[in-house]
Amino acid sequence: MSGIPHDHYEPKGGFEKWLHRRLNVVGLLYDTLMIPTPKNLNWWWIWGIVLAFCLVLQIVTGIVLAMHYTPHVDMAFASIEHIMRNVNGGYMLRYLHMNGASLFFFAVYIHIFRGLYYGSYKAPREVTWIIGMLIYLCMMGTAFMGYVLPWGQMSFWGATVITGLFGAIPFVGESIQTWLLGGPAVDNATLNRFFSLHYLLPFVIAGLVIVHVWAFHTTGNNNPTGIEVRRTSKAEAEKDTLPFWPYFVIKDLFALALILVVFFAIVGFMPNYLGHPDNYIEANPLVTPSHIVPEWYFLPFYAILRAFTSDVWVVMFANWITGGIVDAKFFGVLAMFGAIIVMALAPWLDTSSVRSGRYRPMFKWWFWLLAIDFVVLMWCGAQPAEPPYSTISLIGSAYWFAYFLIILPLLGVIEKPQAQPATIEEDFKAHASHTGGTHTVVDPAE
Amino acid sequence: MIRKLTLSAAAALALAAGGASAAEEGHVEDFSFSFEGPFGTYDQLQLQRGLKVYTMVCSSCHGLRYVPIRTLGSESGPGLPEDQVRAYADQYVEVYDPELEEWRAAKPTDNFPAVESAGAPDLSLMAKGRAGFHGPYGLGLNQLFKGMGGPEYIASILTGYTGEEQQQAGTILYENTAFPGGWISMAPPLYGDDVDYEDGTEATIEQEAKDVAAFLMWAAEPKMMERRHAGFAGVIFLIVLTSLLYLTNKSLWAPIKKKAKETPAE
Repeated sequence: MSGIPHDHYEPKGGFEKWLHRRLNVVGLLYDTLMIPTPKNLNWWWIWGIVLAFCLVLQIVTGIVLAMHYTPHVDMAFASIEHIMRNVNGGYMLRYLHMNGASLFFFAVYIHIFRGLYYGSYKAPREVTWIIGMLIYLCMMGTAFMGYVLPWGQMSFWGATVITGLFGAIPFVGESIQTWLLGGPAVDNATLNRFFSLHYLLPFVIAGLVIVHVWAFHTTGNNNPTGIEVRRTSKAEAEKDTLPFWPYFVIKDLFALALILVVFFAIVGFMPNYLGHPDNYIEANPLVTPSHIVPEWYFLPFYAILRAFTSDVWVVMFANWITGGIVDAKFFGVLAMFGAIIVMALAPWLDTSSVRSGRYRPMFKWWFWLLAIDFVVLMWCGAQPAEPPYSTISLIGSAYWFAYFLIILPLLGVIEKPQAQPATIEEDFKAHASHTGGTHTVVDPAE
Repeated sequence: MIRKLTLSAAAALALAAGGASAAEEGHVEDFSFSFEGPFGTYDQLQLQRGLKVYTMVCSSCHGLRYVPIRTLGSESGPGLPEDQVRAYADQYVEVYDPELEEWRAAKPTDNFPAVESAGAPDLSLMAKGRAGFHGPYGLGLNQLFKGMGGPEYIASILTGYTGEEQQQAGTILYENTAFPGGWISMAPPLYGDDVDYEDGTEATIEQEAKDVAAFLMWAAEPKMMERRHAGFAGVIFLIVLTSLLYLTNKSLWAPIKKKAKETPAE
């Protein structure tokens, strides 16, 4: 499967040979697990396994929760309380599922930013990146619809606000919104279809994850140096790589267990910390909460959505040039989706010939500013839409777009990259001697 | 760009600090409860006292529709003996039976009724549906260290009356320092000595308020103790697992790293 030369599966024994002639399933598993993986992967590379764990956790807890949940406006809220009070271990299942969503997004954000720093999106891994962005979009859809299911105040009003975004699309918006909701407002039809789709989308994600893994198994993993594994011969490739099993499986499992210690502490001791108290009040279409806030993982994009108000010159210009078709609301929607689209286009916007941010002195600064920008936008998203928060949101949003549309293309031209190590082996040895204390080699890279 | 960003961030912090008092948020007193922190547990006697306050005072206007009466016998909750649960349901709670089409004395298998006559909110989830101070600067640090603040909010409301009243559109509003906006339509429910505590605790307003707030926290989160036990078991198991995986990983990689160290890069 991989372009890196390595041993392939040889069936041993009668049954394996029998099966191999009919179905190459053991071979597929063998090749997937034994993929040559760059020796020098650091701890930022463990989040993939955390994400795989999250997907399984959410599907398993979700399937059991669905056995006790009732998707009806009069019964949904009560059925959640039934799970919390009467179902054996139901409170644990639900809190695991609730906080599992947070762990899922926490992990995906680190995973995405790791890709941005080490240039994992660059050729030849564009397809892996694009599939990853599709997974992220599906995750957002799934999480949003899942949050509606408990039918609390935030569920209801969050659904009203977010589906209202589609209403901002010129000409066809209102029809689309009605079609999405199954009626003029968020109601039983909405709850039912959201439940159905919340059950469906995780399996779409699972399918995309297989393609995502398949894609980077075709190209081979990126690594902290960004240079490729030598592939002229098996012997040479083996100097740069180790098989995924057992070396990286055990390393990843160690990291996963450590992260789960924190996760279980949150589930056990403060499961409602990341949630919103208003969602323990049953949905009431007649009472609007004073402050409608999405879950924390949507906040950066929520801030971008709200940043472009009608007094911003870009919005005024867009409004004027389109003859009023693009108003502030629609501009905000375009900006929010645009923020993800520009990120998805990073492989073609980044013009640098060097893959890893480690050897890009100027890029590093802009990258960390982007990471800070993301956190600042997250904070702004939770604040009321008024000055000074609106100003900060606007600056933050502007930087987000500037990073992808201006800085990444320009840096490739003006930046002078530092020397990269010749091989992954060299980098690995330099690091091994660093951490071991005996300096036999001077690190050429850093 | 960076300077502009820092400047506006600093401006935001200054404004947020000044604006906090103007936001009309009520003042939530940080009462201490036995169930705070990861090692905290419900105080069974306090839950029983709180149940009494709820029964004698709150229940005339507020329901507890999601709470099954049988759970009053829960070991990790009020822990009433079975016969007392039965007697409580029979004497103090009436439920509407749709099959008999009339009201009857409750059985332990019934839920507390939903009381809608006075237009007062149901209290089943009140302790989770309200929160204390989310600051500073909206960062949630206060809640991280002191808890979400639901029971503190309830106790603050019950002790927050100033005695001032005003009439607005035909309803009387009572000034309350904890209520957002400062004026609440609920008349002061507690005056002190509203109930007789069997355990000899003096029934001051603050004591009653804290007791009923603790009881409502239990009503909202009856499985809190079980959840913490599961959390502890999970954390301890995972710490052991993490240690074992750490050692496995270390010994697995040791020969690879040793070899890399001994043979210098070409």
